[in-house]
Amino acid sequence: MDRYVKQRLFGVLVRAATALVVGVMLLVVGVTIVRGGAALLGDPSIVFTPPGSRYMLEGDGGFLHAVLGSIFIVGPATVVSMVLAISTAIYLQSDYSSERFSDTVNMFLNVLWATPPIVYGVFVLTVIIAVGARTSLFFGIVAIAIFQYPIMTRYTDEALRSAPETVTESAYGLGATRFETARMTVRAALPGVIAGIIMGFARGIGDAATVLFTAGRSTQMPAGLFEPATTLPILIFDQSTSFNAEVRSHAYAASFVLIVAVLALIFLSKLLAGRFARYAPGGRHS
Amino acid sequence: MEESIESGDADRRSDRLGRRLLVERLSSYWLRGAGYFAIGLFCLIVLTLVHRSLPLLAEYSLVQMLTSANWDPSQNQFGFLPAIVGTIYVAALSMLMGTPIAILVAIYIAEYAEGRLKVIVSSFIDVLAAIPSVIFGLVALLVVVPFVGNYLAPAVGASATGLGIFTVSLVMAIVVTPFMISLSVESLEALPDELRESSLGVGATKLETIRSVLLRAAGPGIFSAVLLGFGRVFGATIVPAMLIGGQTQMPDSLFATGQTLPTLIVSDFGELMSIPITQSALIFVGLMLVVVVWFFNFGAMLVQRRLRRRWQY
Repeated sequence: MDRYVKQRLFGVLVRAATALVVGVMLLVVGVTIVRGGAALLGDPSIVFTPPGSRYMLEGDGGFLHAVLGSIFIVGPATVVSMVLAISTAIYLQSDYSSERFSDTVNMFLNVLWATPPIVYGVFVLTVIIAVGARTSLFFGIVAIAIFQYPIMTRYTDEALRSAPETVTESAYGLGATRFETARMTVRAALPGVIAGIIMGFARGIGDAATVLFTAGRSTQMPAGLFEPATTLPILIFDQSTSFNAEVRSHAYAASFVLIVAVLALIFLSKLLAGRFARYAPGGRHS
Repeated sequence: MEESIESGDADRRSDRLGRRLLVERLSSYWLRGAGYFAIGLFCLIVLTLVHRSLPLLAEYSLVQMLTSANWDPSQNQFGFLPAIVGTIYVAALSMLMGTPIAILVAIYIAEYAEGRLKVIVSSFIDVLAAIPSVIFGLVALLVVVPFVGNYLAPAVGASATGLGIFTVSLVMAIVVTPFMISLSVESLEALPDELRESSLGVGATKLETIRSVLLRAAGPGIFSAVLLGFGRVFGATIVPAMLIGGQTQMPDSLFATGQTLPTLIVSDFGELMSIPITQSALIFVGLMLVVVVWFFNFGAMLVQRRLRRRWQY
């Protein structure tokens, strides 16, 4: 075969592969939005209604408990792991630690980053058994925070690394301490940091495996910090295989809410990144 | 009079310096703690899992458990082989389907797409990577399961409900492809333009440039992307749990139902809380997952280092 024909064929091949992947993505989002949208349009109040007493069997009431559970679990977890992640990322900068130590920490972070979420779930569950507690909102927060920590640290570390070195140097040149310099660096890298935190939030809100065993899988409204709770992904996981069409349609509606939330978060992260870019030296509006 | 003002000023200044230094010292303790937290967390997880797996390992032989096909916690039979085989089937099949497509799309984004189209396609890939896996599972229940059960399995002469190893592999390939794409694009785009220019300059076509120069130069990065993707399929929980059918048996065909290691934990969760020895067995599954993923990460690092030396440019 002529080598130019081969080249052209290859061009067609890569385009076809890309079209396939984009098509699959549109299919996934499309099916979720159409089926979920249909279920939601039929009865929009299910998002704001607490579940009834026979919710898992007959689907009376709505899934407000899962919506609130998601917010109460992922919100605090994001705050906790945001503080930890930013601190770790600052420590990994050369000013605080030797290169060797930060390489070691990075290796452990990579392993944590790749650890399957179910392992975090099992780990937190063994802790729960060990301290004699029961599954609750609190342990759901712990599990999600552990899950988000390596993700956020990686994004934050990358953002801090890409911050211009002149910021650090001028801060030191003016006599700032390491902590004050680190604050300047974080501010210079703010777009990346914020985008990373929002991505961590999006990953946390979509994950089911970590909270499946730790949050309690309850079918009632979350009653307190040490009471069982549930989240949207768990609800979808449990109800998508139900025999009752009504209960199944709640899973579709919940997946609509979840995918809209995740897409909105990604959009927000890109938007904020652009907006905050003006605080960064060399940023878009500087 | 003047002197006292000056000394007051100096006092205040040294006061402020003292405060700044105090903040500096305290924050450095905190940050050091945060640095050690990553190591501590990993060690704590591994040690807890090891400690909790010991009761099982003390009672049964490791080799026997890994090679026995009999899984029945209520009879104290802990054979991990069906779940291990299921996991390997799923991981191998989804990598087989996902890897070529991921590399092709990565080449398209890095080498072919330009301007606006490139931004659009890569943000589509970002979105695909961020969709929660439970939604993939749900859509697969609506679309892939009927398709496999009604058309694909009968077409190759197998009878199936649509739930099973092949369905899981197909969906996991979709889940893991965007992840591999973005890692591969990163390593393709990190290549210097001189490589492309000099290859095209000596008369190679674009395909020849990609095949014998760019894929080689970016090879280590792409290889570790594939290994990391493999690790991710290996530990995937939600999609297999929704689609694999959940029967702990040796899979006899690609369309058979089965079990993977993570779904073993999910489906026997009820017993995890009550019976100590089953609890220990399922925690041991978690330990296996950590070890295998750690192994793959470490392998990816070593291979990357070695290939980089071999395929250096």
